[in-house]
Amino acid sequence: MSVLQLHYDVPGDDFTRAGEASSAIKNKLKQMGIAPDAIRNVAIATYEGEINMVIHANGGTIDVTIDADSVSLVLRDTGAGIPDVELAMREGYTTAKEEIRALGFGAGMGLPNMKKYTDEFELKSEVGKGTEVRMKVFLKK
Amino acid sequence: MTIGDIAKLLDCEVLCCADRLDSEVHTACGSDMMSDVLAFVKDQAVLLTGLLNSQVVRTSEMMDIICIVFVRGKKPDESVVKLAGEKNISILSTSSRMFEACGILYENGLRGGS
Ligand SMILES: Nc1ncnc2c1ncn2[C@@H]1O[C@H](COP(=O)(O)OP(=O)(O)O)[C@@H](O)[C@H]1O
Ligand SMILES: [Mg+2]
Repeated sequence: MSVLQLHYDVPGDDFTRAGEASSAIKNKLKQMGIAPDAIRNVAIATYEGEINMVIHANGGTIDVTIDADSVSLVLRDTGAGIPDVELAMREGYTTAKEEIRALGFGAGMGLPNMKKYTDEFELKSEVGKGTEVRMKVFLKK
Repeated sequence: MTIGDIAKLLDCEVLCCADRLDSEVHTACGSDMMSDVLAFVKDQAVLLTGLLNSQVVRTSEMMDIICIVFVRGKKPDESVVKLAGEKNISILSTSSRMFEACGILYENGLRGGS
């Protein structure tokens, strides 16, 4: 299998469109015949990441690389960044305001979920510069 | 049970994908927090919710949920119904409240799943 690379721009100003990139990625993986478990893991990880880019940053980009062994995801934004990554990774920790919670998000489960559903997870963030999340899901044969 | 059975049991209005009422479903979850659905749901086929925005459909798509039941007589915007149609997700609306709707479905054999 050859390596496939996909790139998506996530607009930061439209909550209703958040998830479009994750949807496109999910459909692509389905078309490729990737195992349903792996698709579910990638879907949750990209969607939580995409939602974070929309509600906590001002949008960003998602790069996907699919090869025979794995699906690699790189999510980048130029938002405000995360001052305390260890704290942000804790289940239930959120800075989301009530208006975000009223939309069904902001339970503080996004980052822990992204880590839980992927085989490799790395988060780099710089205050005032932005955030980069790298994740990998292995494809078992 | 089928999506059609749910529609009958909860006296639902079918807003989308009436052609899929024959689809079998065995498990369901009820939540207004999409974050919780993403965190805790495993293989549930039905989502009961009082939340009306497009992210209910997107969350369902990610979790392979094939039927959304809006409780308390709520109906989403046309754009949300259209999005669900594109994803082949059935949309039902019942006047029952969350607790009541879940109870009726449980009583008739639908389960929470793992
Ligand atoms: N891309 C991002 N840019 C800036 N801050 C972020 C980003 N992603 C997450 N955060 C911060 O980390 C916290 C925890 O994120 P998460 O676990 O996804 O929970 P939630 O999104 O429900 O708040 C957020 O409340 C926010 O403060
Ligand atoms: Mg989040």
